[in-house]
Amino acid sequence: MRVALFVTCLVDLMRPSVGFAAVKLLEGLGAEVVVPPEQTCCGQPAYNSGDLATARDLARPLVDALAGFEHVVVPSGSCAGMLVKHYPELFEHEPEWHAKAITLARRTRELSAFLAEHGARLAASHAGRVAMHDSCSARRELNVLAEPRALLAQVDGLERVEIKEAETCCGFGGTFCVKYPDISARMVADKAAAVIASGADTLVSGDLGCLLNIAGRLKRMESSVRVYHLAELLAGMTEVPGIGEAGR
Amino acid sequence: MKPTAHAFERNARQALHDATLQQALARARGGFVDKRRAAIEALPEFAALRAAGRAIKDHTLANLDHYLLRFEAQVQAKGGQVHWAETPEEACAAVLDICRQAGAKLVAKGKSMVGEEIAINDALEAAGFEVVETDLGEYIIQIAHEPPSHIIAPAVHKTRQQITELFEGLHHQPGLTRPLQTVPQIVDEARQVLRDKFLAADVGITGANFLIAETGSAVIVTNEGNGDLSATLPRVHIVLASIEKVVPTLEDASVLLRLLARSATGQEITSYTTFFTGPRRADDPDGPEEFHVVLIDNGRSAMLAGPYREMLRCIRCGACLNHCPVYGAVGGHAYGWVYPGPMGAVLTPLMVGLEEGRPLPNASTLCGRCEAVCPMAIPLPKLLREHRRQEFARHLTPPRARWALAAWAFFARRPQLYRRAARLAAGLLGKLARGRGRFRSLPFASAWTAARDLPAPQGETFMDQWRRRNKS
Repeated sequence: MRVALFVTCLVDLMRPSVGFAAVKLLEGLGAEVVVPPEQTCCGQPAYNSGDLATARDLARPLVDALAGFEHVVVPSGSCAGMLVKHYPELFEHEPEWHAKAITLARRTRELSAFLAEHGARLAASHAGRVAMHDSCSARRELNVLAEPRALLAQVDGLERVEIKEAETCCGFGGTFCVKYPDISARMVADKAAAVIASGADTLVSGDLGCLLNIAGRLKRMESSVRVYHLAELLAGMTEVPGIGEAGR
Repeated sequence: MKPTAHAFERNARQALHDATLQQALARARGGFVDKRRAAIEALPEFAALRAAGRAIKDHTLANLDHYLLRFEAQVQAKGGQVHWAETPEEACAAVLDICRQAGAKLVAKGKSMVGEEIAINDALEAAGFEVVETDLGEYIIQIAHEPPSHIIAPAVHKTRQQITELFEGLHHQPGLTRPLQTVPQIVDEARQVLRDKFLAADVGITGANFLIAETGSAVIVTNEGNGDLSATLPRVHIVLASIEKVVPTLEDASVLLRLLARSATGQEITSYTTFFTGPRRADDPDGPEEFHVVLIDNGRSAMLAGPYREMLRCIRCGACLNHCPVYGAVGGHAYGWVYPGPMGAVLTPLMVGLEEGRPLPNASTLCGRCEAVCPMAIPLPKLLREHRRQEFARHLTPPRARWALAAWAFFARRPQLYRRAARLAAGLLGKLARGRGRFRSLPFASAWTAARDLPAPQGETFMDQWRRRNKS
């Protein structure tokens, strides 16, 4: 089984270890992982800013780069949602590209959904209380909720806790946190407080955007909660410093 | 009301620093969300009901002209009159005409969002009529000289303490001096003041939750019964309604009523659900002598023909407001016009212009919770994106955002150059963080770092490391 990995621009730039954790998990399924070199960004910032021409310009080469693969996996609910839900909308009026986008959408999965679908057997262990934050895209665009929890249940020694008001956005929202920083700050403050109140010692999520936001707030509060991408924990790769942590 | 949507950012900042407002918002938020959830969990067929409701609205919108004409014919057959108004000015003029012909002095008004939309109170007062709001929430904001901050709970932004102070100031004159402490005491006192107004009013104005084409009826739902008193005690009843409120049959209205109450307040049905059909008949014990319906367009025909058509399915339940984290953080007044929250962020630019309303569609993380809870399944994030598309196409996007987008897109379109830039940025920022793993402040990211640290990049990009790994 050949799998194309779309690493996402945030993972590429900010936290490559998430990409390598995804590779390890996919190889654990016996997959051959290919990272098409043409990829940069899925175009979501342009799409959500109303610049549809640029979004299409970015989508076309990515659609082509990923076209030859039976499976496309993305370690982000938000970027996967872009490929699955919004690419077909983006090309509604271009029949040829629309067909390609629909084919790609059908083959694309968020990482934890793909792992669950292919019956991943994990060998990771993590002693502690772990809270799972679902990104709004994973929750509502892709309906990926049970899969990460089922995978976390396989991790040895892990106790999972739920966060109150889990359905409320953390305030990242891509460009939202730049356009309305005050409101975003309020939202992430509420979210970070809820994470702490859950009693978790570790926070994970399938989306690096939310994690950078929540970890940034937790660190500002001098909280001891450690923050990792779900893939890092599932792959047993938590020896690297958590998000926002100093190297050790 | 004069829109201040353009100043959303300033409005929002003030709201975030208003401790009393924050207290009121926090208390209201949980209640609405929990009650709705419980009501929907108790009704297994809610999803089916939602689909049926949506189908009713879509069918009606596809045949809106037919059902509006049928509604008019039925109102006339029952002895009432329909007045068509394309603009707020025409709507106000129609209401003023009716009031003048009735020789009215005092107008009792039930809650009506379209009334706010056309600013009917201002028009009536300018023409010398006295207007009294009879819904408790509307009454509170009327005496506070404020616009509503929520479409079903207009005074949700006020604390009990603030309301008590307002009443103490105003109700001294009619001799009401009892100190108010509890909510029932507040309600009692308002009821005492309003009772005289109901009896003295010459004209009663109400909104309409639905208009029924087959019978010519207007339907309102309230929990206070004030709408019924406003409609039946005065000699003349005027219904203010926008054109998309029409539904074909009584049966259709009953489907939508079940969705409305559960989505709005978590009730199975509101305390009062009243169907008004024409003026009083010879053997009726009560009711008005005249029955008028003012049908208001105000941009809705244009919406019907364009990309925002699905917005006309809205039944004004407020669920999107109650579940929106942005509304929850800043409250309704920050949105700067009649309709707040996600539904307002779609409607306001359509009614006051995108130049004025531009910030509102951007004041959303597109988290999608509004669409998830909307009983009419209105794709609010899609409609907010459509506004952003128009904003970008019409060059209304602020220059800084445009340049940032263009610069980012320049690199993202050129993978080789993009790699080099990413390598540079990741390496530089990784080094700058000097092993601390995060930044407490960064000149170009001050908006972010005002309230949170910025996690630092690990150092080398994934693509560089991957290429090296696959070479060796």
